[in-house]
Amino acid sequence: MLKAIHEKKTPQLAIGFFVGIVFGFLLQKGGVTKYDVIIGQLLLADFTVIKIMLSAVITGMIGVHLLRSLGLAELHPKPGSFGSVVIGGLIFGAGFGILGYCPGTLAGAVGQGSLDALFGGLIGILLGAGLFAEFHPKLDKAILSKGHFGEMTWPQLLNVNPWLIIIPVAIGMIALLFWIEKTGL
Amino acid sequence: MEWLRMTEWSPYAVGIGIGLLSCVTFLLSDKPIGCSTAFSRTSGMLETLLRGGKVAEKAYYKKFAPAIDWEWMLVLGIFIGAFISAMLSGQFQSVWVPMKWAEAFGNTPVLRWVVALIGGIILGIGARWAGGCTSGHGISGTLQLAVSSWIAVLCFFIGGIATAMLIF
Repeated sequence: MLKAIHEKKTPQLAIGFFVGIVFGFLLQKGGVTKYDVIIGQLLLADFTVIKIMLSAVITGMIGVHLLRSLGLAELHPKPGSFGSVVIGGLIFGAGFGILGYCPGTLAGAVGQGSLDALFGGLIGILLGAGLFAEFHPKLDKAILSKGHFGEMTWPQLLNVNPWLIIIPVAIGMIALLFWIEKTGL
Repeated sequence: MEWLRMTEWSPYAVGIGIGLLSCVTFLLSDKPIGCSTAFSRTSGMLETLLRGGKVAEKAYYKKFAPAIDWEWMLVLGIFIGAFISAMLSGQFQSVWVPMKWAEAFGNTPVLRWVVALIGGIILGIGARWAGGCTSGHGISGTLQLAVSSWIAVLCFFIGGIATAMLIF
């Protein structure tokens, strides 16, 4: 039954749209559509971003793996290479620090009226994405394919049952959140 | 329904909500939440308007066709969801220069605009270079325990913290 829903194009676009509305609503209520909050996180003065990300990861990690154990969902880990995620990640980080929004929170920032996000950030990301598409064939050959390790998850890499990773990771993340609260960050 | 009008929710309530939303997308759409390919597709669509059908011939756009898809609708939804949230709490406001920026670098919109544009270009390149952003790698990838995403998100924050510390 679920497979049939996955294949229907128009209902899928509607689901994507609806999920986006809830996601944007949550991001705005969480305060992470604001430049001040994101820069506060990168300056290690305000831990709102980390609190939201970690609690999302803990909930989603347990929930999605439960669905998978029940045969209701499949994982789609992104393939990666060191040339792609390390170098690309650092470039992304530099842009994140300069702009003060990431692609998702930028869309939310535009929605709440932040004009720097609309006229600066949005136009910039579109230009950057276009430049990347232009130079992709050369970059792919020279850098992106270096150190390729494919679609790999921690349980696959360590060859253990996923729950042997999920439970300690969840406990570790909860402990980190308690520590952040205790320190008053 | 007073809670819908609140200006701020607990970050933990927001995080748990996003985690549950991720479960919904895996269940109903067989897809993780992500944002950055929508920007690539939009860029391709705009370039097609300017330069015609040959844009779609680029190798990258064969992989990510310049057309509206699930993730594109999701990003449009984010914009609308944030707008609804800000309107309900009375926080919607046109702002050129964010407060923290103004305190450090003054109120001139032009300076903030130029820096945001440069930051956006770098972010746009980096997101596609790394194959995902704070949503696709940072939340969806880490929750699937994907090795690529754990490395990516670590690099996002190393780069982001270093850059922010340099600027401020």
